[in-house]
Amino acid sequence: MIRVRDVLISAALLLLGRRRPSIPVEEDPGDPRAELVVAGLLGLTTCAAIGFIVAYALDPSTQLLGLSLGLAFIFLAAALVVTAHRLVVNEELEDDYPPEEHTAEQEEVVQLVEEPGERLTRRRLLKLGVLGAGGTLGLALATPVLSLGHFLDTKAYLVTPWRRGRRLVDENGRPWRASDIEERTFYTAFPEGGDNEEIAAPVVLVRLKPGDLRLPATLRGYDAGGIVAYSKICTHAGCAISLYRTPLFDRADPTPALVCPCHYSTFDPASGGTVTFGPAGRALPMLPIEVDARGHLRAKGNFDGPVGPSWWGVRIWRPER
Amino acid sequence: MPRRLILLAAFVLVATAASNGKQLYGRYCAKCHDTLNAPSLHGVGAQAADFYLRSGYMPLPHLGVQPRRARVTFTNAEIESLVGYVASLGQGPAIPSPQPQSGSLSAGMQLFADHCAGCHQIMAEGGYVTGAVPPALGDDTATQIAEAVRIGPYVMPRFSQHAISNGQLNSIIRYIEYTRHPDDRGGWSIGHIGPVPEGLVTWFIALLALVCVTLLLARRHHA
Repeated sequence: MIRVRDVLISAALLLLGRRRPSIPVEEDPGDPRAELVVAGLLGLTTCAAIGFIVAYALDPSTQLLGLSLGLAFIFLAAALVVTAHRLVVNEELEDDYPPEEHTAEQEEVVQLVEEPGERLTRRRLLKLGVLGAGGTLGLALATPVLSLGHFLDTKAYLVTPWRRGRRLVDENGRPWRASDIEERTFYTAFPEGGDNEEIAAPVVLVRLKPGDLRLPATLRGYDAGGIVAYSKICTHAGCAISLYRTPLFDRADPTPALVCPCHYSTFDPASGGTVTFGPAGRALPMLPIEVDARGHLRAKGNFDGPVGPSWWGVRIWRPER
Repeated sequence: MPRRLILLAAFVLVATAASNGKQLYGRYCAKCHDTLNAPSLHGVGAQAADFYLRSGYMPLPHLGVQPRRARVTFTNAEIESLVGYVASLGQGPAIPSPQPQSGSLSAGMQLFADHCAGCHQIMAEGGYVTGAVPPALGDDTATQIAEAVRIGPYVMPRFSQHAISNGQLNSIIRYIEYTRHPDDRGGWSIGHIGPVPEGLVTWFIALLALVCVTLLLARRHHA
């Protein structure tokens, strides 16, 4: 009990003692040149951090971003090194710590702690420098959050170029015929006359034996005689699905699967693109297709779900029909 | 003397019979391929038989495993007669004869990156997919690569002439042959296993440098 009381009293003394320096400290002329150098380095840190934000806004090339942020950290480190070597008092205490009861000696310690601050004669300038450097650097580090995309209004991600009647073409604009699509291999198709770079444009086409298809009721009629079309963009992190596992001998080998090479999300093309392995959180969006009178493949509408990687707001909405 | 002649004639007879394709097929292949336990070989052609026998993929140790490259136990003559017999079972593709020297190295790398590197890794070192192990391509001959692309062994997709033309295939093979002796511009290949280990090595070097700098900064100044 007595110990607790002593600790409380000494803590109170410590707090109160900070307000008024009980013993007048001998004024130290300090090192004005070093202080200017530190202020200058902090200014450079601020400039480099602002440079990062400007580069991010205008031309987010990796080299510029890395250079500006790297410079900011180098300047900050230099400022800290100069501060440590030239502005902070280094004193070696040879005595042992006094027992807690001796509050007078404790105050001496407080004074020792406060002393280095007293030596900064251009305190305001340095304070401003620290605030500027810290603030802009913090802002620069937070800026890339903008790259995570739209947070609340995710409607833009639900617009796809696929409409009823749009033909499926290869990367050179040649329409895919149903007779081109063979089993045990896969093809990439794009909307005719669309922008191939759009995230919802590429689809992967595979042909399965019609008897092997196990589409759920909501996806009935999405296939064109065993040919199925899925978005080529993985629903986990948005990589291109570029692997097709297709058994040579389907009685013994693993079943057909569309696999994303980034994190091995594995989707079952026979059952509507459901996830059978890996980190993807939802099935691949399926595109309803049909064969027209000339044997070309055409879209029968839009995907059954949102295309691309998943984040909040994306799972609840459906693409426009 | 006549006794020895008869013995010799009997030996020759047995030898020709053993090297006969149909007999070999009956002994090594029919157990699985003539039942429903393995794919029928009618119509697969000389291409498939040549690939599976010369790579050691067949005969399989037991059903249901991924075929792997293995020591070939048949003699060249035995393989030739087996290939001839399988080709005679039905109309099928012949053994391809690729010309990698006529292909383009840079086009080959582009095509390899598009079609093959997802599984076999960009330096053809092999890798992993769910349910199978894509092999490294270091030991495959040009003919075997061309055959595998057209057949699609195990769970590999097959690529028709429409997807990869014979000319493009030549370029791909030329690139695969290049990956066996690449000129490592960086100097240190780190096993050619990709950017992750390369990044890790960089991290270790950077970490060492950072520790040294930290030690230097924190060094005590003795008056």
